[in-house]
Amino acid sequence: MSQPGIPASGGSLTGPQAQNGAASASGSSYTNGPIQNALLSAQGYNSQLPGSYSHLLPAKTLNPVSGQSNYGGSQTVTPLNNYQGPGQTLHRPPVASNAVTPSLHSGPVPRMPQHASQNPAATPMPSGGFHPGANVPPPLNWQYNYPSTGSQTNHYPRVSTGPTMSGNTNLTSHQYVSSGDPSLQNNFIKSGITPSTNNGSMMVHNRYDEIEGGGFLATPQLTDKNPTMSRSVGYSYPSLPPGYQNTQPPSTTGMPPSSLSYPSGPQAFTQNSLGANHLTASMSGLSLHPDGLRVINLLHERNMLPSTPLQPPVPNLHEDIQRLNCNPELFRCTLTSIPQTQALLNKAKLPLGLLLHPFKDLMQLPVVTSSTIVRCRSCRTYINPFVSFLDQRRWKCNLCYQVNDVPEEFMYNPLTRAYGEPHRRPEVQNATIEFMAPSEYMLRPPQPPVYLFVFDVSHNAIETGYLNSVCQSLLDNLDLLPGNTRTKIGFITFDSTIHFYSLQEGLSQPQMLIVSDIEDIFIPMPENLLVNLNESKELVQDLLKTLPQMFAKTLETQSALGPALQAAFKLMSPTGGRMSVFQTQLPNLGVGALKPREEPNQRSSAKEIHLTPSTDFYKKLALDCSGQQVAVDLFLLSGQYSDLASLGCISRYSAGSVYYYPSYHHQHNPVQVQKLQKELHRYLTRKIGFEAVMRIRCTKGLSIHTFHGNFFVRSTDLLSLPNVNPDAGYAVQMSVEESLTDTQLVSFQSALLYTSSKGERRIRVHTLCLPVVSNLNEVFLGADVQAISGLLANMAVDRSVTASLSDARDALVNAVIDSLSAYRSSVLSSHQPGLMVPFSLRLFPLFVLALLKQKSFQTGTNARLDERIFAMCQVKNQPLVYLMLTTHPNLYRVDNLSDEGALNINDRTIPQPPILQLSVEKLSRDGAFLMDAGSVLMLWIGKNCGQNFLSQVLGVQSYASIPQTMTDLPDLDTPESARTIAFISWLREQRPFFPILYIIRDESPMKANFLQNMVEDRTESAFSYYEFLLHIQQQVNK
Amino acid sequence: MVLPRGPCAAFLRCNAAAPCSSSPAMAFTFAAFCYMLALLLTAALIFFAIWHIIAFDELKTDYKNPIDQCNTLNPLVLPEYLIHAFFCVMFLCAAEWLTLGLNMPLLAYHIWRYMSRPVMSGPGLYDPTTIMNADILAYCQKEGWCKLAFYLLAFFYYLYGMIYVLVSS
Repeated sequence: MSQPGIPASGGSLTGPQAQNGAASASGSSYTNGPIQNALLSAQGYNSQLPGSYSHLLPAKTLNPVSGQSNYGGSQTVTPLNNYQGPGQTLHRPPVASNAVTPSLHSGPVPRMPQHASQNPAATPMPSGGFHPGANVPPPLNWQYNYPSTGSQTNHYPRVSTGPTMSGNTNLTSHQYVSSGDPSLQNNFIKSGITPSTNNGSMMVHNRYDEIEGGGFLATPQLTDKNPTMSRSVGYSYPSLPPGYQNTQPPSTTGMPPSSLSYPSGPQAFTQNSLGANHLTASMSGLSLHPDGLRVINLLHERNMLPSTPLQPPVPNLHEDIQRLNCNPELFRCTLTSIPQTQALLNKAKLPLGLLLHPFKDLMQLPVVTSSTIVRCRSCRTYINPFVSFLDQRRWKCNLCYQVNDVPEEFMYNPLTRAYGEPHRRPEVQNATIEFMAPSEYMLRPPQPPVYLFVFDVSHNAIETGYLNSVCQSLLDNLDLLPGNTRTKIGFITFDSTIHFYSLQEGLSQPQMLIVSDIEDIFIPMPENLLVNLNESKELVQDLLKTLPQMFAKTLETQSALGPALQAAFKLMSPTGGRMSVFQTQLPNLGVGALKPREEPNQRSSAKEIHLTPSTDFYKKLALDCSGQQVAVDLFLLSGQYSDLASLGCISRYSAGSVYYYPSYHHQHNPVQVQKLQKELHRYLTRKIGFEAVMRIRCTKGLSIHTFHGNFFVRSTDLLSLPNVNPDAGYAVQMSVEESLTDTQLVSFQSALLYTSSKGERRIRVHTLCLPVVSNLNEVFLGADVQAISGLLANMAVDRSVTASLSDARDALVNAVIDSLSAYRSSVLSSHQPGLMVPFSLRLFPLFVLALLKQKSFQTGTNARLDERIFAMCQVKNQPLVYLMLTTHPNLYRVDNLSDEGALNINDRTIPQPPILQLSVEKLSRDGAFLMDAGSVLMLWIGKNCGQNFLSQVLGVQSYASIPQTMTDLPDLDTPESARTIAFISWLREQRPFFPILYIIRDESPMKANFLQNMVEDRTESAFSYYEFLLHIQQQVNK
Repeated sequence: MVLPRGPCAAFLRCNAAAPCSSSPAMAFTFAAFCYMLALLLTAALIFFAIWHIIAFDELKTDYKNPIDQCNTLNPLVLPEYLIHAFFCVMFLCAAEWLTLGLNMPLLAYHIWRYMSRPVMSGPGLYDPTTIMNADILAYCQKEGWCKLAFYLLAFFYYLYGMIYVLVSS
């Protein structure tokens, strides 16, 4: 297993061969596509002992043991042993292919196309898919529609057009576009046919690969391997104008506009020019935005907020590299110019860290299927656009500088069908790429998607009436749950006892089993509690229909959440999966019972509030869950205090998510009901990755300091994520351990290995490359103020938990003061009066002030403890974009929308009103203002708002007739209405969840929320923006 | 190192350790017994400290899973603290004020450390969810090295103290 020890070349042929035989057998079964997965993987399972699954994932090499850490291992082992999996034989992916190269490389490039025809002859294939025969696409298709001619305007239609798929089978089969788009995924599920065509065709391919790969390794006829070993695709580009960066509809930014225009000339090793060696030239020609060099006196220039959404700064890199760089929405760094030494970083007083959104839904994602995933021999980095090719046969890792061999099959480029162009391969052309992982990356066969729902059915829960709407949502979305034929589902309800439901196929109706012994919980029957969704769908539907009524008359008020969670954990631990827990009150029975700790009269003081859990029961259970690949998502619908600080641990350490609906009631709070429905829909239908781990690697010299987010940190750079969802963001604090003087570029790579809901093991890799600078001024110039604020917010949450809230608030303010004084004393030569800030940090004080007024960190009596803790959970778990929107919402004036400067997307005109400062002075009584706070939209109507707007957009006669709770705009046939609705729906489309629109007039209860977001204004307990600036100036100039 | 043997020591030697003193040349006093015991126990503590250092090094280099590591480390925390507290009490009884004074900071540190431990149901200090935080890891490593140094110095000090007590009586 000692990975570094295994020579990459032929030496290890015999070992891997034997293993490969097995692996390829089972491997083909995995990759065979979802349809046959149940069957085949069972086969695969039998064919190998669980322990012999060869190794997994972004294993860090230097240490054999961690490589083995078989955390979630097979169920036969006790959880503790699982962590080490000592006796396993683990293998690195077969590198053996190198050994065989001599025989094949005699063939010159032009020979390659022939391989395609040779292959099928050599290996009997279930589908003739590859053969240029009857049902085979013309070779052009085989090129994945990549512009082989060098044309750069290739658009591949999104594959998500389900119905056309069947017609396209061949096309798609060679296409490998499987984008991360949720709609696509949903399509897979929605129309039972679509997946089969698409995946079926994929299966053909994988199978081909596998057969070939297997045969290749096991038999001496190796020559055929090259042409097909690795294919990538999905070179489809959004049909937006090149300048889309300015307009940025999120859907199109999924992928960096990178490789599209890669020079298509025969430059054999252009890559070298991207390597560190040649950077000096490019660095000197840096083209900073002239604005970027300005020093700003914030006290004089008050209106610094740009009127368009703030764009992340562009790293100061050579354009060739920057073109390939990772999309900032997925991966961004607080400092786009990395300081050379820790001393320099300390001097700048800015936090260094990464903000990731690794599993974001992407419109376009190149997916590579290859038997050999090319990785660095020593640090296991995946090959990426920022490596340098020393010559045709060797590449130098950009993280550890190890020189590696280019495997034989990597020499062939499936896109151009040219041989000897390793630097043109998709892996080297895309900073974001997904690999289909071979069986070496599995510790056990990919798990089926398993969903377990745990409902609170105590009296309190029934009172809120949530069960109705949840069951209804579930019924509606049952067919949309991501999964395949292996999907399993189960239900548990609990009050003071635990109720299980047997959904055995053949039963006429679900059978309820009650376990009242909550002290020593057991599973009443070994099977049929988690059932195959397809086989027992009717029973499941039956249950969901009857469940709300079943407990209608319950008088049981106690809630045994702890035992219920234990039961659910026991039920799921053999497979892993997702547990969705609905809880409506403080658990008060059995293990994990909690006591109310909130003291309302103490809310105002920032001290002595209970942000830490009161028991470690939930944390320990979460760790057990994490070990068994179970993630717990908590839906808390509670009117009273429910100690989210303790309960939240169950999700936090098992990589789940927390949803909170304060004072949920089906009648009294219709807005929350709608919110729950919308969020539940998204929750149930969004993409999901099971048994995931994420490793973050960075160039030698940098090291990871702390992780932020929902997960369990398994080793210094490895996160264990039993489930990964596309709405989760992560943050990482970094430090500079060794000086980076001898390098000009650093790279960060995150590799997320997960099992898709289709039962495929996949690795999503993002690589970010940034320049190193030695000058403090440049560090400041490259600062990314949004990322910095996001990271500071994460750090402040930690601080408030470990120390206190006031400590965290002070730390936030000090962060601004320290960095600005550092700037003043070290960069500015002349000490002018005023508050001088670099252009890049011009919004820093504003964002920090917004953070101080955010629910997590605000002082004052209006934050309930649970809401505050929920806000903190959100800070930790949200991707940066949404975190920034909740912290500093965008304010637009919408009563005078015009088409001037409007966007045009798909024949829709979307007006683009300027973003206003968050100050009441920007509001006026005769206007209407829309505040976009990420998860909510608030439309404030001024008292004297124009009659025109009221009647044409709101469809009401007068201001007084605006309903008290209005959450929808009527669809009126007026241009004003069309514009407003177009704008709002455009805002909504940009995010995966559905922000609810509140229409607020003066007397509305929501008005306080609206005004609370006016962060530039003074509140009873907080500074106004100007006062804050004065305070900072005072401290800075000390 | 100068060991002031005050009148208190002499007083205690007469009283508490009187039965033990058999040999006229080298009196085996209670204080000497304390030093001997402390010597042995410190040797044990040195092993604890080494174990601690190795454990955290393993964590840092990813050899071990944090949950396992915490499970092995946590049961050792209280014994270590108790052993140390135990011979502090012994020194108190033996009225070895200087020795006791030298140990007080560590004793206080131990008490503070255990008071400020994270919420845990079992004994111990280390929480697998936070242990991988670079700050905490570095702190624990440093703590290990400092303790090792302290125990080593203390070991030789006790050796010296024991001989001194034996010889001076």
